[in-house]
Amino acid sequence: MDFGLIFTNALTAMVGLDTVVFALAAIGLNVHFGYTGLLNFGQAAFLAVAGYGLAITVATFELPTLLGVVVGLLGAVVLALLLGAPTLRLRADYLAIVTIAAAEIVRLLFRSVSLSEYTGGSDGLGRFSDGFYSINPLGPGEYGLGPLDFDERQTWVLSVGWILIGLSCLLVFLLMRSPWGRVLKAIREDEDAVRSLGKNVFSYKLQSLVLGGVLGCLAGFMTAWGRTVVQPDNFSTDTTFFAYTIVILGGAARVFGPVVGAAIFWALLSLTDNLLTQAKSAGYISDSILTTFQIGQVRIMLVGLGLMVLMIYRPQGLFGDRRELALDAR
Amino acid sequence: MPAEPVTPPASANPATPRKDAALLALAGVEAVPGSKKPDPILVADGVTRRFGGLTAVEVDHIEVQRGSITALIGPNGAGKSTFFNLLTGFDTPSEGTWTFNGQSLAGVPSHKVARRGMVRTFQLTKALSRLTVMQNMLLGATGQKGENFLRAIFPPAWRRQEQENTARAEELLARFKLDAKRDDFAGTMSGGQRKLLEMARALMVGPEMVMLDEPMAGVNPALTQSLLGHVKQLREDGMTVLFVEHDMDMVRDISDWVLVMAQGRVIAEGPPDAIMANEAVIDAYLGGHHDAPLDEAEEQAQLDALHQEDPR
Repeated sequence: MDFGLIFTNALTAMVGLDTVVFALAAIGLNVHFGYTGLLNFGQAAFLAVAGYGLAITVATFELPTLLGVVVGLLGAVVLALLLGAPTLRLRADYLAIVTIAAAEIVRLLFRSVSLSEYTGGSDGLGRFSDGFYSINPLGPGEYGLGPLDFDERQTWVLSVGWILIGLSCLLVFLLMRSPWGRVLKAIREDEDAVRSLGKNVFSYKLQSLVLGGVLGCLAGFMTAWGRTVVQPDNFSTDTTFFAYTIVILGGAARVFGPVVGAAIFWALLSLTDNLLTQAKSAGYISDSILTTFQIGQVRIMLVGLGLMVLMIYRPQGLFGDRRELALDAR
Repeated sequence: MPAEPVTPPASANPATPRKDAALLALAGVEAVPGSKKPDPILVADGVTRRFGGLTAVEVDHIEVQRGSITALIGPNGAGKSTFFNLLTGFDTPSEGTWTFNGQSLAGVPSHKVARRGMVRTFQLTKALSRLTVMQNMLLGATGQKGENFLRAIFPPAWRRQEQENTARAEELLARFKLDAKRDDFAGTMSGGQRKLLEMARALMVGPEMVMLDEPMAGVNPALTQSLLGHVKQLREDGMTVLFVEHDMDMVRDISDWVLVMAQGRVIAEGPPDAIMANEAVIDAYLGGHHDAPLDEAEEQAQLDALHQEDPR
């Protein structure tokens, strides 16, 4: 078994495209769930609207990339307003139901045959990333740090992604130490108390939904450019649940929680996958126990088991404060 | 109840200028439901709330005198808390109008009610557990520049105001003897301390009228005295207080005027001593045909009657 390769792959996954995409999605979700207490189960829809907003503008209508980005951002804002306006006045669980349904509606809409002229149906869209890669300042070649090694396109995508992560974290950090962030956290604790102190709770919840949605839509751009295609099934509910796992793994309501959570989540998946594959090919695991085709499922099971153990022994996540969690919510 | 003097010692209930003023203003008011007050801050007319077939609240007319401490009492299920929720915009009445400082509050959302100067607390204390005591306090301040999304990103835009609010919060915390808890999570505090924090936080809004929903519920007797002092202090600071309470001793101690609700209606109002002796109020609390003796003579009479029926 080549432990050097296993380690390198895990490290690559830590900074790789999946980590970037899910860190951004989870930063947005952290604003919703961690800070404001909004149960948004449709984060994938924000990624989808951004990815398709970009792809349809550039690939279908052959308009500039920058306009595609603007369309994607506006799409996320409109989606947040559409989701929030009717549901944020209701109890928290309603938002959960509506968002999970809305995310599926968005995905099925992009997948539908009748719209395939614009969206490419279940095959999705490609050929929209040239604008993004044409402004790559890096020349052709290999770029890397230590054991990491990427070509110029990957390096460009990841650089942009990590800069966006840095800026998003800075924004969340600044907002959450301001009086504005204080209102959000107070709403998470008890919205009636906040109302009784003269704050327009509905407006703040809507602002939170828009902010988290826009941060999530950055993940949509990154996944679109990183894969150079958008496909409806990349935005399934799994995306949202992975993002939730990452938020809780890192520690909810912590600025760097989602970033570290995403890095560890994808490193763990890579680690278990590589370990199992190599142990299998080295003949340590017989076919009667595990076939090669089952490795993909088993690694998810193992990571799930690890997360369960984490939740039992460290329910506050990696960055959370256990004393804080022990306080009753009322 | 331990044997306590019926009238509290004079030192515990000193006459103060504001109390005298409130009592003087209420002296000429007729003790009947819906009576007119010389200078009402809150006037409610025909406020009704129905839940399906059940009429929870049906208040024809009430007025609350400015600068007074008014108690709202009544048996469980009388509609006191529902009425509170209606007045403060936390629930919408089926019909009715009410004005605060002459402005109608019907249909005004709860946060705007608070901004207009009518701030409430809750029966089940709502301390914001995972915020520190100081953050709880600062949340109450109104007109904060830093609560605007765009300005929030630039601390210089709100830092000065935040410092002023912090100074004010520190004064209030000192007054409520919570200053040592300043940086603790509110969730770590005892029930009584949470009540104090909730009251202090409400004062951060700078209200004209404070609505306290059972401020003494679940508070130990030692802290009750301190809370009573704080409620009286609100009147001394020029605020009007309307509070829901069950404990009659307390109502007698601090209130200038008492409203009694039963089955959704205001059935009596008047000065505390008159209310305690009011037949309708006793009936409402104990039931019209009550068996429980009200004094020793009655108890003896009941026992005698029992003895005759069953001489053993």
